[in-house]
Amino acid sequence: MLKYIIKRLISMFPILIGITIISFFVMHLAPGDTVTIQQSLNPKYSETAREKFVKMYNLDQPIYKQYLIWLKKFATLDFGNSFSSDGRKVIDKIGDRLPITLGLNIISMILIFIIALPLGVLSAYYRNSIFDKTVTIIVFVGFAIPMFWLALMCMYFFGIVLGWLPISGLTSYNFDSLSITGQIADVIKHITLPIAITVFGGIASISRFGRTSTLEVLGQDYIMSARARGIGEKTILFRYALKNAMLPIVTLLGLSIPGLIGSSVIFESVFSIPGMGQLFYQSVMMRDYPTVMGILVIGSLLTLIGNLIADIAYAYIDPRIRYS
Amino acid sequence: MSKIVYLIIAVIVVISIIVAIIFFNSDKEKTNYHYEASNTKFDELHSFISRDPISGDALATVTISEPINLIPAISSDSASHDVTSYIYNGLVKYNKDLELVGDLASSWEISEDKKEITFHLRKDVKWHDGEPFTAKDVEFTYKFMIDDKTPTSYDADFRLIDSLEVIDNHTVKVKYKTLFSPALNSWGIWMMPQHLLDGKLVTQSSLQRNPIGTGPYKLFSWSEGDSIQLIANKDYYESKPYLERIIFRVIPDTATSFLELLNGSIDTMALSAMQATKQTNMNRYKENYNTYSYLDTSYTYVGFNLRRAPFDNNTLRKALSYATPKQDIIAGILFNRAEEATGPYKTDTIWYNGNVERYDYNPEKAIALLKEIGYEDTDNDGFLDKNGEKFEFEILTNQGNKVRSQIAEILQKAYKDIGIDVTIRIVEWSTFLSENINKGRFSVIVMGWNIVQDPDLFDVWHSSRCDGNGLNFICYKNDKVDELLIKGRETYNVVERQAIYNRIQELIADDAPYIFLYTPYANIALSKRFKNIEPAPAGLKHNLIDWYVRKLEQKYYFKQ
Repeated sequence: MLKYIIKRLISMFPILIGITIISFFVMHLAPGDTVTIQQSLNPKYSETAREKFVKMYNLDQPIYKQYLIWLKKFATLDFGNSFSSDGRKVIDKIGDRLPITLGLNIISMILIFIIALPLGVLSAYYRNSIFDKTVTIIVFVGFAIPMFWLALMCMYFFGIVLGWLPISGLTSYNFDSLSITGQIADVIKHITLPIAITVFGGIASISRFGRTSTLEVLGQDYIMSARARGIGEKTILFRYALKNAMLPIVTLLGLSIPGLIGSSVIFESVFSIPGMGQLFYQSVMMRDYPTVMGILVIGSLLTLIGNLIADIAYAYIDPRIRYS
Repeated sequence: MSKIVYLIIAVIVVISIIVAIIFFNSDKEKTNYHYEASNTKFDELHSFISRDPISGDALATVTISEPINLIPAISSDSASHDVTSYIYNGLVKYNKDLELVGDLASSWEISEDKKEITFHLRKDVKWHDGEPFTAKDVEFTYKFMIDDKTPTSYDADFRLIDSLEVIDNHTVKVKYKTLFSPALNSWGIWMMPQHLLDGKLVTQSSLQRNPIGTGPYKLFSWSEGDSIQLIANKDYYESKPYLERIIFRVIPDTATSFLELLNGSIDTMALSAMQATKQTNMNRYKENYNTYSYLDTSYTYVGFNLRRAPFDNNTLRKALSYATPKQDIIAGILFNRAEEATGPYKTDTIWYNGNVERYDYNPEKAIALLKEIGYEDTDNDGFLDKNGEKFEFEILTNQGNKVRSQIAEILQKAYKDIGIDVTIRIVEWSTFLSENINKGRFSVIVMGWNIVQDPDLFDVWHSSRCDGNGLNFICYKNDKVDELLIKGRETYNVVERQAIYNRIQELIADDAPYIFLYTPYANIALSKRFKNIEPAPAGLKHNLIDWYVRKLEQKYYFKQ
């Protein structure tokens, strides 16, 4: 197993390099460049400024040379400085935002699994009952409602009509002067709505997957033989069926890692959460190449690791899968 | 199963603890306020009832995106400039009636030949770190602006300077290479501290995130992606501002900003025409906010690519101008929150000339004009044609501006009514600039310009600015206009300049290279607790340092 993991880790490097090559060239295929946007039809923008910036960002070099310059820096783990006028280190920019997005998404992810999995399994077990039908309706409503609309409605209802929760942002103005419990309470209050809405939207697909795969497993011969031997229904459902039904859901978990980093631009805008989605969107719109590359590299790295974890989790859940 | 029951109980317990913490804390906050209020000393009682301006409280406002860099000369985003406008000063500024007055310069003289300006600086100005502001700083700012190592976009005006001489600690003399009447106005540029920046690489300066200026507010805190707080500069040369803090919340979504406004978390924001007319009729808004409207400093237009046939034809452009229902656009899209435009100036400034060729909506006249130049529906398909070709074109505008795409839709309908087949294409901003505007690949565009205080129109209308990345991307060429534009730049006398720009407006209107659509109103919502508000042509914030909140109505308290 350890050998397998090491092998997988080593094979990540060529994959990562491949990803950076493709990303870099595709990124440069998009028309427009950062200098044009900074200029943005400003009458005060001088003639010489354009040349100055083009030179500063190495945009006058051929693309393959620009890539080599980037790669050389990347080899020393330097992601370079952002093209936006703050010129901050890309790694700092990402560092400011990654914990927020990852944190929020991991909490939502855990909640989604805690709620959706039992929901899926139970609606499979009691299929076509009133419980199953109610869950189906709620889940499809969650699936069909545009999340930004639901978010705005909830903000209006809980924030203004009832006044229970803050509307946007992560902390209050007086955050620094609060006690530690006060600060924790403040953050919890702020993230309640965004997390509740993400969870509501996310339950749909996971619980449907859970339901389908449980149904499939419940139809298998070994479940029938377990019943024939008189094993209790609860044991059958939670010990035998659930483990097998988990397999496709673990795959889904592995695939949702990129979503954890990218998150939703619209969602972060509506709740004004300074997360990665916003940063990525702005960087693409500004053609801030170093930042875009930084996010893509970190994103693909986390995705590769996520896939590895999912593969290891397979082996744990299903002893028939062994890597050597 | 019993395990699951335990798990559920555990979850419920955890949730109730969290809820308890939240409510316990919010109760404590409330009682804190009461405690403070009831414990006020007797001699402070006077300030409770008094109507005299009093210090304290904060103005919470909103910015759509995070400011990028607080050294204004090297940032180009409006969020950064919003924040830095409170932190820095220039030598001159525009007062509430948009007249140039002294800021850090108390007075100035312009030489006989109009090529030299001598500035006399105020002697009582200090940087936020306590150092005095002197002529050295002015000299440094000039050198800083024209230094090739400074990544600034605003150096054009300063490259026209021949020399800058420091006469004494508080006097500088600037000599220009040519006559340049916008010169004085260009000294509204933000002064930079020589003692902190000289000899240092500006791109690595800590001032980018911790600015030191001379303005009425200093940076207090910046929490990434969330908010920026400014604190009153008690040594400000005019007087200490009454409002203790200014808080900028970063909220990218305007619908969310509006909810935060209703909730009282922010005190002011610019409302869209839709919000100002349709969403502010509720009591919650009317009880707490006033809406101030004044003409915004921008106009929206339809531009023709004059390099392309058939748009190089004057009569055709005039016909399209007559076929444009400006009033429908103003009523339908902007809910009448806009003034019809006839040229590149605001209707409430001295530069505006309303006596030009107007193109009021008249589709019959448009059809007649088109017939004159050979456009007729000969094959009865409902569309005009000429030489067997259907009259059709594409209207192009940028993504992310809903008003512009709605205008394109109204135009599409209006032009179809007179027999022109119009398609609409909406392109992402960066692509729009580099592929369409800069390369001249467009026929008709819907765009807007900001209107600056100085009337100089050289960059947008002079024929020399048609090449490359020049702003005259429609390629307007009129020798008479070219001549007047240069004359306008060399004339200092306001009345003479007025005559020049009046004539330019007439000439441009006759050529109809643009269809000038409208100048929108800015609709500013502002909490009623702020007093001493004085709306003026310059907007609302020109006297922000005089705003105050009565003691009883103050909302935020800060430890001194």
